[in-house]
Amino acid sequence: MNGHEDEQMRALLKHALPPIGEAELMRDLWPAMQRRIVARPAPPPWFDWALACGVAVFGFVFPATIPVLLYYL
Amino acid sequence: MQNGASDVLEEFRRGNPATFGPAFEALFRLHQSAVYGWILRMVRNPAVAEELTVETFWRIHQAHARFDPARGFEAWARTIATRAALDWMRAQRRETELPVDVVAPMSGDPAVAEEIRRKTALAFGRLPPKLRAAALLAVVEEMPHKEIADALGITVAAVKVRVFRALRLLRRDLERQGIRP
Repeated sequence: MNGHEDEQMRALLKHALPPIGEAELMRDLWPAMQRRIVARPAPPPWFDWALACGVAVFGFVFPATIPVLLYYL
Repeated sequence: MQNGASDVLEEFRRGNPATFGPAFEALFRLHQSAVYGWILRMVRNPAVAEELTVETFWRIHQAHARFDPARGFEAWARTIATRAALDWMRAQRRETELPVDVVAPMSGDPAVAEEIRRKTALAFGRLPPKLRAAALLAVVEEMPHKEIADALGITVAAVKVRVFRALRLLRRDLERQGIRP
């Protein structure tokens, strides 16, 4: 595709899809954002899951420690 | 004022439960319009752009610990917004209209011009989202290549390559439909 063809394609594309430019947001999206935060609370961090898995494995390998662990919880 | 803004960014990054909420709200209110405008340029649908603005800030909310104040909030938000828009573009069903074997040369006839415009828009919708985003921002919106490169996380040279490939693929698609630009 040479320079002339490139220019033609650019002009054709701009004709088909006129530029949006600087668009103004018509409403405040904060209420929608708040709903989203409430609807999708943050998942526990990965290290919380890793710690829980570690405790479960430890309890499986050393079952005698489970009463001790429960005593201290 | 400058100190106030940097304090808000620092509170946001730190994520302290007592101050994170107000800091996030302040950043949201300050940047929601810019993020919306950027997304709208890519998705070209106000309702979708609003939805993706909320999605972008949700991702920002989740990723606050990774925010680098040296980079600036707006640039970071724009990168996340671009990813959200690209994810949406990928999720959209591709336009499956079969090529029409009609020769439609460029002419002054409004009906023909409208048909060419429609087919160009449809053919553009069939391009891969990464190429589409680069071409929309660079060719249609005439955004600086540096800004596009930062938002897409690629080099300026890569932006130019994507634009070139987008235009070449678009031309081929139109030629298959008998349209010679």
